[in-house]
Amino acid sequence: MPTLSYVAPATVKDAVAALSGASGVAKVLSGGTDLLVQLRTGRIKPDLIIDTKKIPGLIGIKDEGGGAFTIGAATPCAELGEHVALGKAWPGVIEAANLIGSTQIQGRASLAGNLCNASPAADSVPAMIAAGVTCVIAGPAGERTVPVEAICTGPGKTSLAKGELLVAFKLPKRGPKSSDAYLRFIPRTEMDIAVVGCGIDVTLDAKGICTAAKVVLGAVAPTAVIVADAAKALIGNKLDDATLAKLDAAARAACKPIDDKRGTIEYRTKVAGVLARRTAAIAFERAGGR
Amino acid sequence: MSKHHVTATINGEATEFLCEPQQTLLDALRDIMNLTGSKEGCGSGDCGACSVIVDGRLVCSCLMLGVEAEGHKIETIEGLAVNGKLHPLQQKFLEHAALQCGFCTPGFLVAAKALLDRNPNPDETEIRYWLAGNLCRCTGYDKIVRAVTDAAAELRG
Ligand SMILES: Cc1cc2nc3c(=O)[nH]c(=O)nc-3n(C[C@H](O)[C@H](O)[C@H](O)COP(=O)(O)OP(=O)(O)OC[C@H]3O[C@@H](n4cnc5c(N)ncnc54)[C@H](O)[C@@H]3O)c2cc1C
Ligand code: FES
Ligand code: FES
Repeated sequence: MPTLSYVAPATVKDAVAALSGASGVAKVLSGGTDLLVQLRTGRIKPDLIIDTKKIPGLIGIKDEGGGAFTIGAATPCAELGEHVALGKAWPGVIEAANLIGSTQIQGRASLAGNLCNASPAADSVPAMIAAGVTCVIAGPAGERTVPVEAICTGPGKTSLAKGELLVAFKLPKRGPKSSDAYLRFIPRTEMDIAVVGCGIDVTLDAKGICTAAKVVLGAVAPTAVIVADAAKALIGNKLDDATLAKLDAAARAACKPIDDKRGTIEYRTKVAGVLARRTAAIAFERAGGR
Repeated sequence: MSKHHVTATINGEATEFLCEPQQTLLDALRDIMNLTGSKEGCGSGDCGACSVIVDGRLVCSCLMLGVEAEGHKIETIEGLAVNGKLHPLQQKFLEHAALQCGFCTPGFLVAAKALLDRNPNPDETEIRYWLAGNLCRCTGYDKIVRAVTDAAAELRG
């Protein structure tokens, strides 16, 4: 019978060494709200679990000034929600993170786990991509920084190489009149998986005309989708009816959803358009108020 | 199989235990320390019957490894009553008949305590959202919400 080992290294270097030196299946542990479920149901059978939470900095939030923040990979989402300055600068990223699970799940769930579990419906992922968040990855060859959208390659699959782990997220500086928003649609009001999720980040000029935008949909394809046509529909325009209609159409056109008990293809596609409209309205209002 | 030696503070007492790496904190509490108040309803983070407080944060003990408790402060349902005197939450659950079979009750009580520890005066919506990760199959939620509201009032004095 294979036996499981557990280590809690005190440095990133030791964690990388343990990960790259592992002979069998090694899994990184952050909050465990995905990993423990998979371990208990037998879906994964790791030989080694590497707990990152004893590494200084893996839990914590650093204000870098000008709206920029560094977030330790394993920081529980509840802690993100309690950080006032972070929530002010990045309301969309934080509302997405705080939608994950219940109070109990919030106490442990992290952004790194949400991203690296690579579920197409992961709530924080579209919001982080829209916001231009990057990940700092440590590995045998040292550190590299990649955008969040470079991580997931398919359901349950990531681009991380053997021996690599995520150590931090970097939120960029915030210019004036820019903000973000995230909405998801679920059949219940709490504790459910997104049928569609939508993250939007916008920058406006003094007249309320959009000068930069990023629109990202979750749960409508194997990975989160950056909808370039939806951003194009916003840029150069105010959020009037014509713009909203173009945004709606672009969001629908980008959907390649699955058909399941929680939503048919037709339904998910329709909801994606509606959700894009609503998310854009919130992002524009927040950006305009700055 | 090598067991891990874990040192943690459980309900205010320094505690040491030996556990297997794959053992959850819930199993360690129940099977090693005989603290059987925390329940396993689902084992997948959905029901909240296993709720405990770790360093002031509410978590599901079924989704945490026992070894992860190393160096942390754990509060369980067994720490709620002091010297046999029920905590106001426990007293109000009885008065409002906020339990039937009682299986979900320890989880609700621990979760409600975590809420009142940070917000002594939550409104009904706050209570309902905070407790959304605790499921009850028999009582329904109205009596539970009323008991928590009433206990909060009593604790505020
Ligand atoms: C009841 C319940 C409700 C939930 N609701 C939601 C929801 O509404 N929305 C949602 O999006 N998700 C939800 N989830 C899923 C889960 O809580 C989230 O995906 C969470 O963010 C995972 O974070 P974690 O820290 O617990 O990850 P873990 O379980 O620790 O890890 C998840 C995966 O990521 C890998 N990993 C973790 N950290 C790193 C790292 N630093 N580097 C590389 N790989 C790493 C692990 O090896 C594992 O494969 C729910 C789960 C439960 C149990
Ligand atoms: S037993 Fe832990 S949430 Fe149900
Ligand atoms: S009293 Fe039976 S589950 Fe709640």
